[in-house]
Amino acid sequence: MLVAGIDIGSMSTKAVIFNGQRLFKTIAPTGWSPRQAAHQVYGRLLNQSGYTEEQIDYLIATGYGRVSIDFADRVVTEITCHARGAAYLSPGTDLVIDIGGQDSKVIRINDEGQVLDFAMNDKCAAGTGRFLQVIANALGVDVSDLAALSKGQTPLALNSMCTVFAESEVIGLLTQGKDKGAIIAGLHQSIARRIASMAQRMGASNRVTFTGGVAINEGVQASLEEQLGVPVQVPKDCQLAGAIGAALIARDFNSRA
Amino acid sequence: MADYRNMWDDLGMDLEKHDLLCEALPDAFHEVYISQQDRPEGMDYYDFVVAEIHGVRPAELVEHRKKGGKVFGTFCVYVPDEIIFAAGAIATGLCGGSQFWVPGGEKVLPANTCPLIKASVGARLDKTCPFFRLADIYIGETTCDGKKKAWEILSEDVPVYVMDLPQMKREKDIAAWTEEIKLFLNKVEEVTGTKVTPEALAENIKLIARKRKALERLYNTRKNSPVPISGRDALLITQIAFYDDPERFSSKTNELCDELDKRIAEGNGVFPADAPRIMITGTPMAIPNWKLHHIVETCGAPVVVEETCTGVRYFENSVDETGTTLDEQIQALAKRYMKVNCACFTPNEGRVDDILRLVKEYKVDGVIDCNLQFCGLYSTESYLVQQALKKAGIPVMHLETDYSEQDSEQIRTRVQAFLEMLGD
Repeated sequence: MLVAGIDIGSMSTKAVIFNGQRLFKTIAPTGWSPRQAAHQVYGRLLNQSGYTEEQIDYLIATGYGRVSIDFADRVVTEITCHARGAAYLSPGTDLVIDIGGQDSKVIRINDEGQVLDFAMNDKCAAGTGRFLQVIANALGVDVSDLAALSKGQTPLALNSMCTVFAESEVIGLLTQGKDKGAIIAGLHQSIARRIASMAQRMGASNRVTFTGGVAINEGVQASLEEQLGVPVQVPKDCQLAGAIGAALIARDFNSRA
Repeated sequence: MADYRNMWDDLGMDLEKHDLLCEALPDAFHEVYISQQDRPEGMDYYDFVVAEIHGVRPAELVEHRKKGGKVFGTFCVYVPDEIIFAAGAIATGLCGGSQFWVPGGEKVLPANTCPLIKASVGARLDKTCPFFRLADIYIGETTCDGKKKAWEILSEDVPVYVMDLPQMKREKDIAAWTEEIKLFLNKVEEVTGTKVTPEALAENIKLIARKRKALERLYNTRKNSPVPISGRDALLITQIAFYDDPERFSSKTNELCDELDKRIAEGNGVFPADAPRIMITGTPMAIPNWKLHHIVETCGAPVVVEETCTGVRYFENSVDETGTTLDEQIQALAKRYMKVNCACFTPNEGRVDDILRLVKEYKVDGVIDCNLQFCGLYSTESYLVQQALKKAGIPVMHLETDYSEQDSEQIRTRVQAFLEMLGD
């Protein structure tokens, strides 16, 4: 049994091959063509894993660009896939918070990783990976440096709700000589507050898992824990939760066929 | 559409702007309706109505007015059409359901208000709908805040008579609504110059009852599995019910139901019997708002019932016909109309009861509670609706959207995830 999952996100494309024992994985930027990114990433992963396309029994595509590829056996929403992936990566979790490049979602799940309820914010970039990227740019730092720079800093609250206006606000703060780290800490707090209010509508939980590219940022993680008042699990492959979930769902469909 | 330019010009319409709408509608209609497989033949009539939407019926209203008849424009299912028809006038539903009209409304209304209200005001002020030009008077109501204040602005351009719909349903409120209907009757008599007799009112209570019965019969066919008609088609028929000639509409709808009965007997459906059956509840969907139905049904799930004003609220509950005096008839009307469970009333537990009952009657697998953007009433009520459904173990999802195409893909993702939740 050989199955695969591809999660074509707005900022990065993730692919996973599962042979029942081992998970092969890879990530690459999506760029401007989701279709091309999917082909390249899948091709690369096949090489890496030593399998051929014909050997793959079932492939599920998910994510923002899921309808742009023609070689998937099935298309499943990222909500369902993230739920499944998070349950696998973080057994016993009942609330999944996923912050991706362009959207964020909160999913209530059961032990089997099935979706019980969900809420999404995909209408506004504020509070997503895009927000972090824009501000990191304005600060002249790399997204991967944000967590370290914010460590131990008192958050400087940002007033703007909108990413575009927040960028202007940050530049203004820098001109006033405010500390970069404090600004970044304010940024993290802003994201955490937004997602926490969405999470609270899904009901309380003390078994929260945080997935998606933004979960790699320990500063956001810490802010989120502070806002929710409970510890938050970030599994090692947090960014791959969608692709892993897709592969696991592919296994289910494959056994039924 | 055949050439009605002279008629539109006579009605004082902005022909150039209106042309834009006429150009866009056929494509939209094709995408949502003509693309469907295996539609009942009886849908030909309704397709024709839409194809000639700003022609055939307006021409009939023009003729009516030439003979001295009056046309009343209405915006809400609480307004008793029976009284309008009893005075020899014609009631025509005027809600706006297209993004095309919204910018016109935004010239005078805040952007952060209901799209339906913006579209209705825009259709009038931009002069891009013949129905909005044909009405001699508009009947407004004190349902929601948005509408209450919009009437004030609209009345600068067209006569508006506002009915004071109560906020609660106690005995004293039903009595108050009875009084309001009496005042409304006086107004109708004043506008038409015709006295409303108990005989005329009885006859027209029957006329509207026939229309309701026809719709009830249509919806009953949707209780079957596989469903013999799509939700998109049922919605279109319901939308047309608001402004078509009542007798003709009843007749055509009953003809269609004869055809649907045959389909049911043959087990002939337009969706697989195992597709998840969806209820849509919430705010009304004025023509040509087909957005959510189109998304849900192209994701593979039939919409089998609507708990909305463009759904069961329009036809459920009948008027008690035993009264013989005007007073008795008006009381019967008041009682029947007060049974409509709109979120503008508090409390509105009746709506939750209706939803739970309809889930059983229509064998619903999942409920989508959808309100138009900025509707405080329905979005706030959603909390209690969802709570009740969750308690009953019925899957529910809440959506909020407007008339634009901008969020269609986001809505589609949510609907797909919800259908995935319901299980394959």
